[in-house]
Amino acid sequence: MPLDVLQDLLEEGLPLLGEHIILVVSSVLLAALLAIPAGVLAVSRPTLRKVSLAFAGAGQTIPSLALFGFLIPLPFIGGIGQHTAIIALVLYALLPILRNTVTGIMGVDAAVRDSAEAMGMTRAQILRMVELPLAAPVIIAGVRIAAVTTIGTATIAAAIGAGGLGVFIFRGIASIDKYQILAGALPTALLALAADGLLSRLEKRCAVR
Amino acid sequence: MEFRQATFRFGERTILSGLDLAVRHGETLVLLGRSGSGKTTALRLINGMLLPSGGSVLVQGRATTAWDVVQLRRSIGYVIQEGGLFPHWTVARNVGLVPELENWPTERRNVRTAELLNLVGLPAGEYGARLPKELSGGQRQRVGVARALAAGASIQLFDEPFGALDPVTRLGMQEEFLHLRQTLGITSVFVTHDVREAMRLGTRIGLLDRGTLVFAGTPAEFRGSAHPEARAFLRVLEEDSHAS
Repeated sequence: MPLDVLQDLLEEGLPLLGEHIILVVSSVLLAALLAIPAGVLAVSRPTLRKVSLAFAGAGQTIPSLALFGFLIPLPFIGGIGQHTAIIALVLYALLPILRNTVTGIMGVDAAVRDSAEAMGMTRAQILRMVELPLAAPVIIAGVRIAAVTTIGTATIAAAIGAGGLGVFIFRGIASIDKYQILAGALPTALLALAADGLLSRLEKRCAVR
Repeated sequence: MEFRQATFRFGERTILSGLDLAVRHGETLVLLGRSGSGKTTALRLINGMLLPSGGSVLVQGRATTAWDVVQLRRSIGYVIQEGGLFPHWTVARNVGLVPELENWPTERRNVRTAELLNLVGLPAGEYGARLPKELSGGQRQRVGVARALAAGASIQLFDEPFGALDPVTRLGMQEEFLHLRQTLGITSVFVTHDVREAMRLGTRIGLLDRGTLVFAGTPAEFRGSAHPEARAFLRVLEEDSHAS
């Protein structure tokens, strides 16, 4: 690759990388803010559990490019740009976090929950002091899966003008330019590996038990 | 503490029917019975983990249904198999659970925790900072006992606490239980299906058979009982003495 091409790619790439990270971090954070409380509520409510898991599961079955397309004409939430992309990415990130929150809390040893109740802990105390800390590694694993998937899916957001590293990939495909495609794909892959490594460490740190 | 015609139904099934029994201060009532006889249900009626479907259960003269259930539970100790310890908390924090919930000042809590760990033979300096998984089964059980005693509860409930221990450790824990009872004068209800344990620990034995109390009396009276269910349990003891 000629040096000036690399320099051009770098100059353009850094802002795109920034956009990509913003897309991913805001989507995963929003998804976690929605899915963790929903998961907590769903643990003791079987109907809510079924409905919310089915909803989150259904969201994942829609092909990502199609979902971005579906959202564009919708009033308020649709249109071209980052916010539409974030909504779609949140929908994708919900399922792993929701499912892992439910699984993590339901997986807490019944004897531990039983003794917590018998020692006179309130429902809120059991959740805050026992269930959430014990379920934390499983919940973080859900966030990790969501983050890694979102980093990949976010490249498609470029198709609806949301920017990010996908810009390189779409342009590379259109102009059959392998350097452009690589300039998008390589940092995306590295970003996914970094997120996976970072969240795996957090997951292990929480798993003292 | 008293059961008055206490009944517990689960759907169509009657788990416990018309239980009449009082526990006097300083005594150890052992609820003996086979699996599914209703003994754990009876225990859970005392601390409001279950509420009676009929009749009543009185703690300190007040029906469990009239208590604030959180306060009721904090004033009653509860020990289960392996102690039911929180795996992510240190031994010391586990022991200090109820004092922490009751907002005791840290200093007072630490003193109490150390005192109780010493009492159950696990010096706080050596064991306090460990996690439950770093202890043996017997040690975890002791921590469970220390935790139940921490807030000075007047009644202690034991739900087959020594069931998972090897026979040698189990005997040791039973001796320690007797020692603690003598030292602290605690009132306790102890659930077991092990007749030897019942004879060794009980000042009184209540025998449950399919949800009904079929015998209540001292271990000596139990030996003389003619009830078929009591005879079935006593045969185990006879077999033991033949074997030795």
